Amino acid sequence: MILLTVGTQLGFDRLVKAMDAIAPALGQDIVAQTGEGKYRPVNFTTQDTIAPAKLESLAAEAQLIVAHAGIGTVMLAQRLGKPLVVLPRRADLGEHRNDHQLATARALEDRAGIFVAENETQLVGRIETALRAGDWAARPSPTLDRLRASVAHFIDHGSL
Amino acid sequence: MAQGGKRVLAVASGGGHWEQLMMLRPVLIAHETTFATTDPALAARDGIDDAALLPDCNKDRPFDTVRCAIAAFRLVRRLRPHIVISTGAAPGLLCLLAAKSVGARTLWIDSVANAGALSLSGRMAVKIADECLTQWEHLASDAQPKFRGSVL
Repeated sequence: MILLTVGTQLGFDRLVKAMDAIAPALGQDIVAQTGEGKYRPVNFTTQDTIAPAKLESLAAEAQLIVAHAGIGTVMLAQRLGKPLVVLPRRADLGEHRNDHQLATARALEDRAGIFVAENETQLVGRIETALRAGDWAARPSPTLDRLRASVAHFIDHGSL
Repeated sequence: MAQGGKRVLAVASGGGHWEQLMMLRPVLIAHETTFATTDPALAARDGIDDAALLPDCNKDRPFDTVRCAIAAFRLVRRLRPHIVISTGAAPGLLCLLAAKSVGARTLWIDSVANAGALSLSGRMAVKIADECLTQWEHLASDAQPKFRGSVL
């Protein structure tokens, strides 16, 4: 099963449409959370929102997650060690308020388990690569302890 | 819980902002921390059933922003926290602003989603908050924001 998610707010019809087009070739069940999107795919059913606890269990079951480059989804995939293909939202197409998803996707491209499709054409290739890569051993950020220690210090002393 | 002795208000909108706040949870629950969010289902997923709710808002929705600001001021007045921390977005910024009225120390942690530039809320937080963090080393400066690690 492939979990497709565009978050719970803004729709992302470009990604849902692209997944609809390649769904028959992928030959996998697709479970989709499509937010406020308008496009109705013919090859799989969609839900506007999936409850967070349910999304977590679907992600754990999934072979692959395909998504917008939203950090909630990136962190979900990293937590579970799931391969993730992202298509960043573009502001010039009205898909977000700015282009931070493009910048973030570029910055995350080298990380284990994250595959960035710059456009819909690249999507199927990235999905094939990600499916071949499979699950990986999730590990926390190497600088997370430092961040936590800084926040603890701030709470105790009111400064960093 | 609450051995640390500080009253802390920890604020994050739904989605990625909340996920990032949860990465800091081990540190936060050592104090008397109240969590606040825009998405009660996320808080419930993480077993936090007493999270304070804030209406969601952004700069393109002025009416919601006013509603959220009123809720943020009420929350801060009620809790009288020593410390207010937010991982974004606009509702968290409003709580940092409200925190000034009770003399709380404030920390903004800009979302790891902003690898190219500080978020709009983050740029305002640089002016409002006592301390500001970016999670990307290349965005840090000598003054604010500083870099002290990342959740990713």
